[in-house]
Amino acid sequence: MSSHEDPSAPLQGAPSKNTERKLKNETRTQLISFLLMIFITSMAFISIGSDAVPNGFAIPFILMLAGVQVVLQLYFFMHMNEKGTGWINVMIWSGLFVAALTVGALMFLIGEVKY
Amino acid sequence: MADHQAVEKQTLPPNPEKATLDGRNKYLGFWFFLGGETVLFGSLFGTYLGLRGGVVDGPGPADLFHLDLVFIMTMILLTSSLTSVFAVINMKRGNYKGLLMWMWATVALGIAFLGFEIYEFYEYYHAGLGFTTSAFASSFYTLVGTHGAHVAFGVSWITVLLIRYKSTGLTLTNAPKFYTAVLYWHFIDVVWVFIFTVVYLLGIGG
Repeated sequence: MSSHEDPSAPLQGAPSKNTERKLKNETRTQLISFLLMIFITSMAFISIGSDAVPNGFAIPFILMLAGVQVVLQLYFFMHMNEKGTGWINVMIWSGLFVAALTVGALMFLIGEVKY
Repeated sequence: MADHQAVEKQTLPPNPEKATLDGRNKYLGFWFFLGGETVLFGSLFGTYLGLRGGVVDGPGPADLFHLDLVFIMTMILLTSSLTSVFAVINMKRGNYKGLLMWMWATVALGIAFLGFEIYEFYEYYHAGLGFTTSAFASSFYTLVGTHGAHVAFGVSWITVLLIRYKSTGLTLTNAPKFYTAVLYWHFIDVVWVFIFTVVYLLGIGG
């Protein structure tokens, strides 16, 4: 893109054949990941809601499902799987890393030491 | 010269949201912000997990939470994530009407979610869970309320974009704006995944 272009002009024209094909594939991928997320969410609710699943199994299971679902959201819905997302990965994963330390520290300091 | 350029048509690039330096900067900066938001919510989750046992003589998680309500809220938010994905796909196709329509659908689902959350808090308040009832109450309302505030902010943000750009057509200026708003919306859904798991499911199951 040259720097002479006016960013406030309406964009005209259709996407190229290549882009069109990519978007078609993307729509399919997104629909599949949406269905997967619905399935994962339902599994999590069922494993807690039904008496058939013991809680000792259900709790680590739903935490794992949450992890899977977040990765689906980040990499498919938020397009972190695309090229050129190196810095984006760095930022969100450092955020998650600090958040994990924070959660662990607070659970220990308030939950265990204080109570 | 500037007047002449303003009416000049541009052709649609494959990724209109990242076609300008402005758009690329917004994209990178927004992810930096989301990394910080992750830590904000991390600290609220940590506080909630540390304090959730402190119910004093108020109602506890198992007395209050209803799986069916949380399930409906989860499905609404998940579907709103999908509608915003469709909005971005329509944007890349150059279908501005489609973009606007799917964004309005996202706004509608966001408002429905907020309605359920207000109803939920109202019910809890009448079940005896005030903000200062117990450590559990305060940390629960702070965590879920902060998420709700993000939903409210996201709804207003997208609504403002939709009104401001209702008849301009897709441009290189507004494409990154819609794109970052959609990223924010997905992030709200990411946080909700942890909320329904850690707060509601663990509150009922463990």
